[in-house]
Amino acid sequence: MSSPTTRPPGRPGTVGRVVHHRLFWPVVALVLLLLACGLRSPGFLTVSVQDGHLFGQLVDILRFSATPMLLGLGMALVIATGGIDLSVGAVMAISLAVSLTYLDASPTAGAVPTVAAAIGVALAVAVVIGTFNGFLVSVLGVQPFIATMILMVAGRGIAMLITQGQITTVTSEPFKFLGSGFVLGLPTPVVVAAVVLVLLVLLVRGSALGMLLESVGINREASRLAGVPSRRITWLVYVVAALLAGVAGIVYGAPTMAADANNIGLMKEMDAILCVVLGGTTLAGGKFYLGGTVVGALILSTIERAVVIFHVPSQITPLFKALVIIAVCVAQSPRLREMIRSGVPGRSGRAAGPPTPAPTPAPAPTVEKVL
Amino acid sequence: MARSTLARTATGLVAALSILALSACGSGGGSSDSDLVKVGFSQLGAESGWRTANTESVKEHLTEENGIDLTFVDAQQKQENQIKALRDFVDQDVDVIAFSPVIETGWDEVLQDIKDAGIPVVLVDRTVDTTVEDPFVSWIGADFTAEGVTAGEWVAENHPDAKVFELQGTMGSGAQTNRQEGFRSVAGDQVIGEASGNFTRTEGKEAVEAALQAYPDMDLIFAHNDDMGLGAIEAIEAAGKVPGEDIRIVTVDGVHDGLTALLEGKFNFVVECNPAFGDQLAELITQVAAGEDVPAETIVVDQAFDQTITQDVIDARTF
Repeated sequence: MSSPTTRPPGRPGTVGRVVHHRLFWPVVALVLLLLACGLRSPGFLTVSVQDGHLFGQLVDILRFSATPMLLGLGMALVIATGGIDLSVGAVMAISLAVSLTYLDASPTAGAVPTVAAAIGVALAVAVVIGTFNGFLVSVLGVQPFIATMILMVAGRGIAMLITQGQITTVTSEPFKFLGSGFVLGLPTPVVVAAVVLVLLVLLVRGSALGMLLESVGINREASRLAGVPSRRITWLVYVVAALLAGVAGIVYGAPTMAADANNIGLMKEMDAILCVVLGGTTLAGGKFYLGGTVVGALILSTIERAVVIFHVPSQITPLFKALVIIAVCVAQSPRLREMIRSGVPGRSGRAAGPPTPAPTPAPAPTVEKVL
Repeated sequence: MARSTLARTATGLVAALSILALSACGSGGGSSDSDLVKVGFSQLGAESGWRTANTESVKEHLTEENGIDLTFVDAQQKQENQIKALRDFVDQDVDVIAFSPVIETGWDEVLQDIKDAGIPVVLVDRTVDTTVEDPFVSWIGADFTAEGVTAGEWVAENHPDAKVFELQGTMGSGAQTNRQEGFRSVAGDQVIGEASGNFTRTEGKEAVEAALQAYPDMDLIFAHNDDMGLGAIEAIEAAGKVPGEDIRIVTVDGVHDGLTALLEGKFNFVVECNPAFGDQLAELITQVAAGEDVPAETIVVDQAFDQTITQDVIDARTF
């Protein structure tokens, strides 16, 4: 929430507060995208019940949002401490490789306890990786970008070592259920992501942890002097990010059950960063917004879908995606919002506003990722 | 750092050991029989079931019985690995170098070195874009355009009124551009929509889910590979329709799962992209080593299957 003290006097009011809420533009973008799809293709917004579960485009979008959301939530915590975790995509590949290789070697791949064990092993490996990243950053003081890049590069090699360079495929109904099944009418990945979100919100907002995270991100040294265990907190966020990436790898790979070490989670770290940034968290660290990250993930999957709905030719889909993302990022730019707030005439605050003289760091990874 | 270094060392060791093991076999065989043609083969990786089948076929036919002493190196989809392997082949002074380039560009220097060393190059499956003159003596692989044409002809002949949604592979890849070009040269008028599924089952499914909404009147999907077609089956079934009937599916590749789907009536037509051309490659390499004139291009013969396929045909296949 932007600090109320910076707001010029005499302009508060409910409308103003809603418009100036940090989630306003991301949510507007999401709603506009969905409405546009609905107008372009009647029935897009319809959700029906089929075979005892919910069915429709919106449900599909939710399902595909689960992976970037899981990655983005972990990434948000890391970014809050002023760091970054580039290894999450590789961790997805490792986690899936470990669990499927375990299942492949087991004679009872279809049994629930075996699947539980496979997931347990995969997540344990993810935690080890997170501990390693956290150790490099918090104890050895390696730059987070470099520290996590090591596993971003080497991680695929590890996954390849586990699958021996081949694409391991397994058949196991309980495992597949994690990716394409339904719980209470909702796709399993959506339920998994929702549970993770609730647990995370309880963890960081129900305790002082969230605030401590932010204080570490804003000023590590001052926090340490004030008695905040900044080293342990920094270490923890990398473990959480890797663990969530492990979960993401499993729900992402479960529908096809093919451990493709080269391609699972490829460039997904950029998606994760994008979700965080679209949700209003800056890469500089400090304040972070889990709700915003969720909206960011939804925007991302809606764009993917909108490309087909709008019959965008495949050659120019990256451009289409980039334009939407740039529009959302520009709309969030603090300077632009400052200009709107101080009532620059003729600016209605639409996404198509002029680029700010010094853009926030936000659009940079955006462009890199999409182009 | 320690862990990562360890992992890298381990990866390096495994790679080094396998090369050692291979070259050890090679030199053992070579000393006893100097007539063997020494061949260095650099495979680009194992990115798909197709590639794995291709690797198996190459290893099966480039054997000592066929007069070939093979050094096989897997590049794990990295060009630097592949360039390193090619340089090693030059150092080992092999008779023929064969490789499937992971990308088209960036080979100028190493190809020049190979040329200077006087070693003939046979390109497999993919091709290169280079400034080196006469960089290779022969190319062997499938004709993607012809595959697209075969698929297009089947559609135009059997379902001339079908409204086609084209599920494209990774944009810009040879398989995508050429299959699309071939298909559209015959059945282009019938294509009402397109989206890329990046050759994967997950993204193919996602694209078809959206397409079912965006193109309600589509009744045929042309997928650039089997995996995306299999993803399409999942999406169509989830939407309560019957794949193969309500919405027909035509694919290219002919991997085991794809042909099984064809047998089950979920696919309607599959154009094969034959990876098992190790025998043709072995023959070509022997000719090259003997200094015979070889055609600049050898097109691997592709079959096509419709729903009359039997289980026996599927079982008899190696991939």
